Amino acid sequence: MPEYKAPQRDMMFVLNDIINVSELAELPGFEDATPDIVQGVVDEAAKIIENTIAPLNETGDREGCRFDNGMVTAPAGFKEAYQLYTESGWTGLDKSIDFGGQGLPYTLATAVSDMLCAGNDAFSLYPGLTNGACEALMEHGSQELQDTYLEKLTTGEWTGTMCLTEPQAGSDLSQVRTRAIDQNDGTYLIEGTKIFITGGEHDFVDNIIHLVLARLPDAPAGVKGISMFVVPKFMVDSDGNPGARNPVVCASIEEKMGIHGSSTCVMSFENATGYLIGNANEGLRYMFTMMNLARLMVGLQGLGVAERATQGAIEYAKERKQATAINGGETIIHHPDVRRMLMTMKALTEGCRMVAYDTAKHYDISKAHPDESVRKTANDRVELMTPICKAFATDVGCEVASLGVLVLGGAGYIRESGMEQYIRDAKIFCIYEGTNTIQALDLVGRKMKMNLPQTFIKEMINDLATESGNDELGFIVEPMQAALNLLDKTTQWLTAAALEDPQNPAATAVEYLTMYSLVTHGHFWIKAARAALAKQDDDFYKAKLVTARFFANKILPRIYGLAPVIMAGSEPVMTAEEDWL
Amino acid sequence: MKILVAVKRVVDFNVRIQVKADGSGIASDGVKMSMNPFDEIAVEEALRLKEAGKAEEVIAITIGPKASQEQLRTALAMGADRAIHVETDEDIQPLTAARILNAIIDKEEPKIVMLGKQAIDDDNNQTAQMLAALANWPQATFASQLEVDGDVANVTREVDAGLETIAVDLPAVISADLRLNEPRYVKLPDIMKAKRKPIDTFTLADLGVEAAASVKVLKTSAPATRQAGIKVETVDELVVALKERGLF
Repeated sequence: MPEYKAPQRDMMFVLNDIINVSELAELPGFEDATPDIVQGVVDEAAKIIENTIAPLNETGDREGCRFDNGMVTAPAGFKEAYQLYTESGWTGLDKSIDFGGQGLPYTLATAVSDMLCAGNDAFSLYPGLTNGACEALMEHGSQELQDTYLEKLTTGEWTGTMCLTEPQAGSDLSQVRTRAIDQNDGTYLIEGTKIFITGGEHDFVDNIIHLVLARLPDAPAGVKGISMFVVPKFMVDSDGNPGARNPVVCASIEEKMGIHGSSTCVMSFENATGYLIGNANEGLRYMFTMMNLARLMVGLQGLGVAERATQGAIEYAKERKQATAINGGETIIHHPDVRRMLMTMKALTEGCRMVAYDTAKHYDISKAHPDESVRKTANDRVELMTPICKAFATDVGCEVASLGVLVLGGAGYIRESGMEQYIRDAKIFCIYEGTNTIQALDLVGRKMKMNLPQTFIKEMINDLATESGNDELGFIVEPMQAALNLLDKTTQWLTAAALEDPQNPAATAVEYLTMYSLVTHGHFWIKAARAALAKQDDDFYKAKLVTARFFANKILPRIYGLAPVIMAGSEPVMTAEEDWL
Repeated sequence: MKILVAVKRVVDFNVRIQVKADGSGIASDGVKMSMNPFDEIAVEEALRLKEAGKAEEVIAITIGPKASQEQLRTALAMGADRAIHVETDEDIQPLTAARILNAIIDKEEPKIVMLGKQAIDDDNNQTAQMLAALANWPQATFASQLEVDGDVANVTREVDAGLETIAVDLPAVISADLRLNEPRYVKLPDIMKAKRKPIDTFTLADLGVEAAASVKVLKTSAPATRQAGIKVETVDELVVALKERGLF
């Protein structure tokens, strides 16, 4: 398996030159996020991830999780790596200081997640799901629940889960049947079965805290009748320590295509004791607090797998000699089609990193800026970019992982190369935390009703106007002008077509999301090219410029295949009778 | 007992060095910089001595431009108690570095000065030895094992013939080799705490040292690309080929 080296040069480029991370230190509460801390965090997280977590990626895949009588054992080394990672304080990076965290910006946590996911996507899920549980408790939990659980979730001494899915309730959570009965003593009895629960059971920690969607007996039907409960694996005693076993048990674990190091559990709640979070019947809203962060996290998993596949493919292509290339080069990196694949991988991966970090910065602004209108604008951007970060970066993960195998040819299909694992790992990222279809429907539905895509198109057009006449950037500015015009036109078509027939946006949402994402990447590639032009005295910046040009000439034009497909609407998709398929 | 540990800011060992087109040096704009890996081992060893109760205070010192404070912060995050920054934009050669460290010895009176055996940028491997001479202290270089027993340090050294163990009276200069230890992973809370630990700053003038360069760099160039070799069928052919090149 290719060794993982954190792409620190590119990460620092995005942090400093694309999103200007130093601005975060000006926000109240983030005073500590000065450039030296940013550098220190990236340096030290890279060391621990490269040396202790990334090497477990392949062994974790081969060994997988083992289930025995309700107990789950993670692959060898995972527990020790998790302990080192948590004892080193990394899980508390962006968590509240009140509960033992460091209170640093989410943007820094994003940079660390970028490395953690690339190093070991399966491993990253254990702290990843805990983050969501922390956030939901922080936003919506009572003081008592926060005091009981948040500190140990912050330090990683305990982990968290999101128990949403049931066999009949996947994308449609209105079908949730798990029941909660009020005991009138501040507790509820939870009864039901949840499936696909990541980290539902494992051997790392003393307690696992499940956040569970369930229905009260008198709850209204549908999503308006769902409540959220905290259900600990072990009841927490008055000293804050795990006590009696709560009857929530792992009935089995799934055998999956990939992410074998992550335990995916069927969880059976057998009248387990739970505590209501916030108000009854508002669980779906609270769930989205976890879900939105989880979606951004999954986008980083897509970015991570793309980074790792790209590193592996480039390393191999520089070594492998096969057929002298047209330019006389001996290694396969000289063959034009291998080069096309590698440039595609590099451009898409680096683009996803820019979008992800920029979205993270807007998330921090939306939480910490003193001016409410600034917070609102930043939050709008996060809302818009969440489906883009999640769906496009995970599509990129699959595309790049697939190209990665192809660059190695037959060797890539052999397990020993380590490259085929990336394809198997990457697929789930397109599925969980809302499939990429759900993401696309969110973009053309709720987000378009809020006018968010339209607003950002205007912003991109305005940004472009500042560069018109800049000859040095013309190679990307001109294609982007045409691309933005077409995106604008397509968006207007879609808005009108949605009024005619709601099947129009539903049948074209995925293509629209791809088109929107490509143009968004173009917006960031202009920023990258602008920054690289200013300092070309180095191969890194020269490569940035060349990659921006590759994006403008070879990737952005994909939209010309997408726009007519979108504007053909739903009719070609939906005309066939069910029996004709 | 105080331990003074010298650390140097160098281009990270993972970076592929690029020579500037005009031969005036190496490209460093935006290049990742780190603490010299041998110095990191020296810091780790000093911290272990402190944790074992053999030392009371660990002071990290560096000589270099403002940005070198990043490497001091790393040493502080690892656990050093405080730091000294001798700030200069001059090119500092080993003898000057040794003079600076000697001036700090006079101020701080440490019992041990620890350094990496060499820095991975210039690979000089001179500062520790020169410092020992200037301070008139014993030296134990290339340490792969270190035990402090009262006023004596028992040091196992990596030498050409294998390992050699010597006893040096303290105070002494000790330089760390690769196998002395494996540096710890820095904890995030300690990175934050390091921000609040004190760094004293001095100029060369404060210490009465001049940055006298005894060696002048005329030009920097990349090593010539290696030419492909030839294959010979027999030993005889090999001997002939070596003789032709005057190698046998």
